[in-house]
Amino acid sequence: MSLIVNGARVSAPSDPRTSLLDLLREELRLTGTKKGCNQGACGACTVLVDGERVLACLTLAVQVDGREVTTIEGLAGADALHPLQVAFIEHDGFQCGYCTPGQICSALGMAAEAARGVPSHVSADLAAEVTLSREEIQERMSGNLCRCGAHNGIIDAIRATLAAEVPA
Amino acid sequence: MTPFTYLRATDASEAVRLGAGAGTAFLGGGTNLVDLLRETVARPERLVDVSGLPATIEETEAGGLMIGAAVRNTALAEHRAVRTRYPMLARAILAGASAQIRNMATVGGNLTQRTRCTYFYDTDGSRCNKRLPGSGCDAREGFNRIHAVLGASEACVATHPSDMCVALAALDALVHVTGPAGARSIAFGDLHRLPGDAPDRDTTLAHGELIQAVELPPLACGATSTYRKVRDRASYAFALVSVAAALALDGDRIADVRIAFGGVAHKPWRATKAEAALRGAEATQQAFLDAAALEFEDATPLRDNAFKPALAGRTLAAVLHALASGETV
Repeated sequence: MSLIVNGARVSAPSDPRTSLLDLLREELRLTGTKKGCNQGACGACTVLVDGERVLACLTLAVQVDGREVTTIEGLAGADALHPLQVAFIEHDGFQCGYCTPGQICSALGMAAEAARGVPSHVSADLAAEVTLSREEIQERMSGNLCRCGAHNGIIDAIRATLAAEVPA
Repeated sequence: MTPFTYLRATDASEAVRLGAGAGTAFLGGGTNLVDLLRETVARPERLVDVSGLPATIEETEAGGLMIGAAVRNTALAEHRAVRTRYPMLARAILAGASAQIRNMATVGGNLTQRTRCTYFYDTDGSRCNKRLPGSGCDAREGFNRIHAVLGASEACVATHPSDMCVALAALDALVHVTGPAGARSIAFGDLHRLPGDAPDRDTTLAHGELIQAVELPPLACGATSTYRKVRDRASYAFALVSVAAALALDGDRIADVRIAFGGVAHKPWRATKAEAALRGAEATQQAFLDAAALEFEDATPLRDNAFKPALAGRTLAAVLHALASGETV
């Protein structure tokens, strides 16, 4: 059993109890992905599996056999941060930074969902194309908590990067 | 977590063969079961991963939809036919959990998730008849704001946590299962149990029975349907009460109506009394409130949740008013 993490093939753990989060942090030493609640309530461990945002704490590593995992370490280029990372700095999208890797991975997954037309709880018309308004981003990012209260900056950073064409 | 063996099934017959032994549990997206494993509420010796089984959504000859049990919640909510013909189902799913969890959670897993009663999860400090039969219930005299007001028992006052299942109850879905004794179909209202004196059993599934698909029958008024959820914060919280409803009018009178409540009972609560009272009646605010009062006439509130019958009634009235007025949210 093996999976691909940020482009590199790695072996799945021998103990099936190992979560994807513990595999990333404890065995692969990719500590960018954070353990907040470890019970699916905070979103700090959000990573992308085959491009979809999921919670690494509620994923058994054996379940992602053969799949591609992208963590915060896999986003930046060799010489430059990912544009969303730059925007988080510019818009004060964090204070302590603990939720930030999860926020950024989640936002990238969210943008892909919106682009293919997935509606949200606040979408007035379920069949319409998605416009990433502030309200839509708030709802779609509600699975990522920020105890510092940087949510306004987080939404600004996401809007500036992933919904730039949308009026305020 | 206690140690377990992990096996992956590639089709339903293999899953049933692997799942037959004692101490075996089926694993879907893991969003509830992995948490239960970590808290040692669930202690299976063997997990059979069925998340890779067929995940298709197909039209039926009857004009409905057949939804594979491994379909992820997001995939079901974004399916074009669900959004247009069964909007209450799309809205119920989108009101539940977070986007990350909806990407992981399967349809079959959603149906078989356990309660979110905090005493059920508190293995060290609380008595719970659902977790350990016969041990007692600390919720009944404890903090019970989120607990049941209908159909509860002395043994258990837990609620069913699913939003999706409330819509499936209102839609008269059929649950197709297969198991060691063969295949059968279960009317959605017969899948989940009231607690009675055996609250450790959430459903009528036998051990080793696997949900293969959920079938939605056609519903003429399905397109005029919605789901409204009332909770302690605007997003990412379980329901205090919720309403799934569909409505068809004939002039001022109600030609057809479907109603189910969430957050009020051990199972999604199909409001048959309220539906019967409303069919043929004039679609007025008073009729909506009276129908809800009839549905909740046997309610037995606890210390912290006496607000639920009135809140459920007002939510139903608001939803039916919106549907009668052509609003959808």
